[in-house]
Amino acid sequence: MRHSFPTFQLDPREGLFCNGVQVTLVVWFERTFSTRSQPDGLEKTAAQLRELEEDSKNWKKERSALFNLNHPHHKGEDSHMADELYKKVRILCWVMTGPNNLQKKARHVKNTWSRHCNVVVFMSSVDDPDFPTVGLGTKEGRDQLYWKTIRAFHYALENHGDEADWFLKADDDTYVVVDNLRWVLANHTPEEPIYFGRRFKPYTKQGYMSGGAGYVLSKEALKRFVDGFKTKVCTHTTHVEDLAMGQCMEKVGVVAGDARDTNLRETFHPFVPEQHLTSKFPKSFWYWSYCYYPISEGPNCCSDLSVSFHYVDASLMYLLEYYTYHLRAFGYRYRYQPPAPLGYKNEAWDRSEGGHSYSKEQPAIPRGPLARVESPSRTDRKPVVMPPAAAGEKDPPAAAQDDKQ
Amino acid sequence: MLSEGSSFMKGMALGGIFCLLLSLLGSFTPGMQSSPEDQHHHHHHIKAPTNDELQSLSEPQMLELSQKVRVYCVIMVQPKVLVYWATAKDTWGKHCDQAVFYSSESAKALEAVDLNEQDEWAKLHKALKHAYDNSGDLRWFFVARPTTFAIIENLKYLVLAKDPNEPFYIGHTMKSGELEYVEYESGIVLSYEALRRLVNVFKDGEKCPERGRSLWKLSEEKQLAMCLKYTGVFAENGEDTQGKGLFNSKSVGSLIEDGMSKNSLDVVEGCCSDLAITFSGMSPNQMQVMMFGVYRLRPYGHNFHDSLIFLPPEGSDND
Repeated sequence: MRHSFPTFQLDPREGLFCNGVQVTLVVWFERTFSTRSQPDGLEKTAAQLRELEEDSKNWKKERSALFNLNHPHHKGEDSHMADELYKKVRILCWVMTGPNNLQKKARHVKNTWSRHCNVVVFMSSVDDPDFPTVGLGTKEGRDQLYWKTIRAFHYALENHGDEADWFLKADDDTYVVVDNLRWVLANHTPEEPIYFGRRFKPYTKQGYMSGGAGYVLSKEALKRFVDGFKTKVCTHTTHVEDLAMGQCMEKVGVVAGDARDTNLRETFHPFVPEQHLTSKFPKSFWYWSYCYYPISEGPNCCSDLSVSFHYVDASLMYLLEYYTYHLRAFGYRYRYQPPAPLGYKNEAWDRSEGGHSYSKEQPAIPRGPLARVESPSRTDRKPVVMPPAAAGEKDPPAAAQDDKQ
Repeated sequence: MLSEGSSFMKGMALGGIFCLLLSLLGSFTPGMQSSPEDQHHHHHHIKAPTNDELQSLSEPQMLELSQKVRVYCVIMVQPKVLVYWATAKDTWGKHCDQAVFYSSESAKALEAVDLNEQDEWAKLHKALKHAYDNSGDLRWFFVARPTTFAIIENLKYLVLAKDPNEPFYIGHTMKSGELEYVEYESGIVLSYEALRRLVNVFKDGEKCPERGRSLWKLSEEKQLAMCLKYTGVFAENGEDTQGKGLFNSKSVGSLIEDGMSKNSLDVVEGCCSDLAITFSGMSPNQMQVMMFGVYRLRPYGHNFHDSLIFLPPEGSDND
C-alpha cells in the first residue's frame, strides 16, 4: 500500500531555495508593514485638529482678522526689549493675497512672520471665514492691485483703526522681520504723517516705496490717505500700486521716510537675500536707476536689522524664520550694535531686576579694526574670547592680544 | 522516503548556514578583534554644558576654559573645485583659530598644504599628522571638506567644558555593523588627546595602514573610526539639550523641505537645532546667505546672555 502523503522528489537545492524565499518574504513583510502605524486619512485629520488647537492658543479670530494672543518667545532668551516694543509700537499687518494663493503662499506667511504682528488681516478678492480672509469685492489680477490696496487700507482704518499705530502692507511673497520694523518705527510717532519702505526715486518728487518690499503707514498717514479719497485729492490714477500710493502720499503731505539703519544700510529689500548679498546686478538693470539711495552690493547691501525681503517662496519663508529667530552663533558679539530707540533704554532698565550682569545696548560701534568697548560690561564676569587672527597673519596670538587690551 | 526527507533537511541546514554567513559578512570588519571595550560600549552622546554648569564656574575657571577652547580647522580641498575652497576661506574658515587647507595636489591659486596624494584615506592620514605636528597650542581639531559649512562658535560651546587632554571623537555618528563612526560629510571633531593617540597608532601598519587594503577597502571615515577604536577612542554623537543632532550632512534648505513635506505643525521647530554646528551640500551663494543669517540677521530686542563672548574676526565684512 502506498503512503497517504504525496511522494515527490526533494533535494538539497530545493531546500536552499525554500530558505531563500522564506527570508525574502519575512524581510519584505517587515519592511512593508512595520512602518505604517495608521491609515493615512486618519493621520491627516488628527494633524488638522492639532493645528486648530495650536492656532486658538496663539490667535483670536475675530471679524476676519487674527489678533495675536501670544507672540512667539524663545527658550532662554531675554526678550524684554522686544516685548516692550510690541506693546508700544502696535502694527497691523495686512497681506495682499487671493483665493488661489491661500494654500500656496498665504498659509506660509501665516505660519511664520505674521505671528509677530499685533494684528494680521489677509486681504483677498473673496471672503473666506476659515483662513480667514477679507473679501475686498474686487477681481484678481495685476490691474486690480491698486484697487485692492485702496480698499484694504480703508478696511483697516475703519475696522481696526484703534487697534494699531502703524499699518503695514505686504505681499504673500514678502518676508517681514516685524521686530526690526518696530525698531525702525520706534523713533517716530503714529501722529507723524510719514511712511517707510524701500525708497524708489522716479516719477515722484520725494520718491515712493516699492510695493513688493512692503511699506508701512503711520496712523496719521493712513487717515490722510483715506481722507484723500473722500476729497478726491487722491484717485485711482494707475494700477501700478506702489507708484500710485507714492503719488497720493505726496499729495496729502505724507513724508517718504528713510528706513536705513544708523550705518546707512537698507532695511526693506525688493529681492531675496541671496540676490542682494551675492548678485552683481547688470548696470542696465532697472534697479540701479530706481533706488533713491546709493546701492551697495555684497554684505553692505543689507542691515543686520533688515525688515523685509521679496519674491520669497514657501521654503524660503521657513528658512528666513529659522535664520532670524532660531539659528545663531553662541556667544557671538555682533559687529553692529544698534542704538536703543529714544526713551526706551531707561524704561527697560527700570523694569529689570537688580543684580543683572548683562551689557547695556551700546551706540553703534564704528566698523574697521576692533574698537575698544568702554562699557560696564568690562566689569561683568563674562570672559571675552579673542578673535582669530586675520587670514595670512603670521603674528602669534599673544601679540594681537596686547594690542587689544 | 526518509532519505529524501533528510536531503531536504540537509538543504535547509545548508541554507541556514549560508544565510548566517551572509549576515556575518555584512558586519565583518577585517582585522577586528572583539575587545572588552566593545561589550561596555553603548551609544555615547555629547551635549554642551548647561547654564547651571557654567554659572557654577568661577571667573578664573571660565577664563581658562575660554582660552583652551581654540580650534584648528583641517579643510580637505580639491583644486578641481576651487569655488568651494574660496567660499570656505571667505566664510566659516575665518572663525577657526587656525584654518589650514590640505590639497590632493598643488595648485597655483590655492594656498594649501600639498599632500601629493589621491587616495582618500592616505590624504586624511597625512593631513591629520600634519595638523598634529603644527597645532601649536591649539587643542581641538575640526576636519571637514569645504562643501560643509561650520559654525565654529557652536562647536566651541559644545566642547567648552570638555578636557582636550581626554580623548574625544565627535560628530554625527553612524553605525556599520559593530563599528560606530563619525560621518565625514557633517564634520569630524577630535580632541588633542584623540589626535595624539591616532598619530601614535599610525605607526602600526597592521592596525592602521596608511593605505587601505586593496581587497577590502574601507571608506576613510570608517578607517578613521577603526584606528581610533584601537586606541580606545569611540565616536560620540553631538546633540543639543533636546537631543537634536548638531552635525547635519544635509543642507539647511533640504532639511526645511523635509519638514514641509512631513506637513509638520512647526516646520522650523522640527527642522534643526538653534545651535547647529554643521550643514552640508549648500552652494557657495547659499553659504554667504548663511553667514548673514548666523552672524548678522536677527530680530531686535531679543538677547541671549551667553556666559562667554566670542568677538568677530579681524578684517572681515560678511559677519
